[in-house]
Amino acid sequence: MDNAQIKIHTKDLNLFYGDNQALKSVNIQVEEKRVTALIGPSGCGKSTFLKTLNRMNDLIPYVKIHGEIYLDNLNCYQDYDIVELRKRVGMVFQKPNPFPMSIYDNIAYGPRVHGLKAKAALHDIVERSLRKAALWEEVKDRLKHSALGLSGGQQQRLCIARVLAVEPEVVLMDEPTSALDPMATLKIEDLVQELKSNYTIIIVTHNMQQAARTSDRTAFFLHGEIVEYGATEKIFNVPKDKRTEDYITGRFG
Amino acid sequence: MTRNLFDKELEDLHNNMIKMASLVEESIENTITALRKHDIKLAARVFEGDDLIDELEKTIEKQCLNLIARQQPIAKDLRTISAALKIITDMERIADHSSDIAEITMRLGNEKFIKPLVDIPKMAECAKIMVNKSIDAYISQDVELARAVYHSDDEVDDLFSRIILDLTVIMKNNAKTIDQAINLLFVAKYLERMADHATNIGEWVIYNVTGEHGVLEG
Repeated sequence: MDNAQIKIHTKDLNLFYGDNQALKSVNIQVEEKRVTALIGPSGCGKSTFLKTLNRMNDLIPYVKIHGEIYLDNLNCYQDYDIVELRKRVGMVFQKPNPFPMSIYDNIAYGPRVHGLKAKAALHDIVERSLRKAALWEEVKDRLKHSALGLSGGQQQRLCIARVLAVEPEVVLMDEPTSALDPMATLKIEDLVQELKSNYTIIIVTHNMQQAARTSDRTAFFLHGEIVEYGATEKIFNVPKDKRTEDYITGRFG
Repeated sequence: MTRNLFDKELEDLHNNMIKMASLVEESIENTITALRKHDIKLAARVFEGDDLIDELEKTIEKQCLNLIARQQPIAKDLRTISAALKIITDMERIADHSSDIAEITMRLGNEKFIKPLVDIPKMAECAKIMVNKSIDAYISQDVELARAVYHSDDEVDDLFSRIILDLTVIMKNNAKTIDQAINLLFVAKYLERMADHATNIGEWVIYNVTGEHGVLEG
């Protein structure tokens, strides 16, 4: 667990939606090839924070961001082209959102957009991505079928495969299992464990048990601030801050 | 299959339980060999080895608490982990008694025995086998084996009664034997307690498998 490299770090990150301050001086160091969980009550800023990491907030009007975010020590808002940044920092959303096209085309979409045309290479990427997302065995005989015919859990793994197809370094997951049943949830959690040997994963979850089960490090957000950030083992056994304790034991508010 | 990480962590827990059990068995064996052979050095080693067992108990305890905090075990998984928490306390107590016997060995030094040691090594052997079987039963979740441990305890209790009688007779006949006889009585009592702790472990295995405490006959 020791000596992890820092993949992403922020310096005094503040974010405003108009006059409303959603993030207050967030300083965090996210370790490479680890799973970092962001937990906290609704409106605490965890999803907002996640979205800043691949600049999803750029699209929202009235958003003001002060402070800095670094990916591999380069400033995400100054040193990266947004397309390049999002290629390196992929995202999986709460509700599975397959494109209305075949399973194959869903996965090939990203690589095609990035200019890959050769059929053999595309096929390779599709198979490799589906295998990494633990979906290949279930869909290999119906790659040309519509992705919309998959179950919710399969659709979410498809979305993860779609992210992996563009070979990102960081995968952001915004409540990736909240629309899934318990078994599909556990499959995604196992998958997260598999993926962390190659990717840096940041996962926002309302499910504290999920954070406890899957993450190496946990950050507890409250009112736009990080109250506590540390090894998941510590946070869930002996949190330092009473607010963290109250939240994870369900005695909040 | 899902919950790969959890299953792997449970396996780590089992491996540590096996490791602790084999250290405990070794401590029983060594402490009785030391007693029989007046081997002060070996007795000292048993005494010092107890720290290692205490350390392992803490490690396993931490593992269990972590599993509870992070993996939300329920049903069988919860029983397995809570049984482990209880079993390590019993194992730690057994090792403490090995250490207690080692202290007596060190105290006796080269003093000649007032009677040949026959039943005491027998008791120790029995206790050792009981520990071994009870942990095997835990790992393989074997209720029958756990019951067998329970029945072996009767044998240990019989040996204990016999030792008390023998030593009482010796003390009545010769007051000079009293000091050593009391020490040997303690040794026998410690061995009897060890077997009781092994029986407890067997009972936890039965709880682990069946979800019920108590009467062992199925």
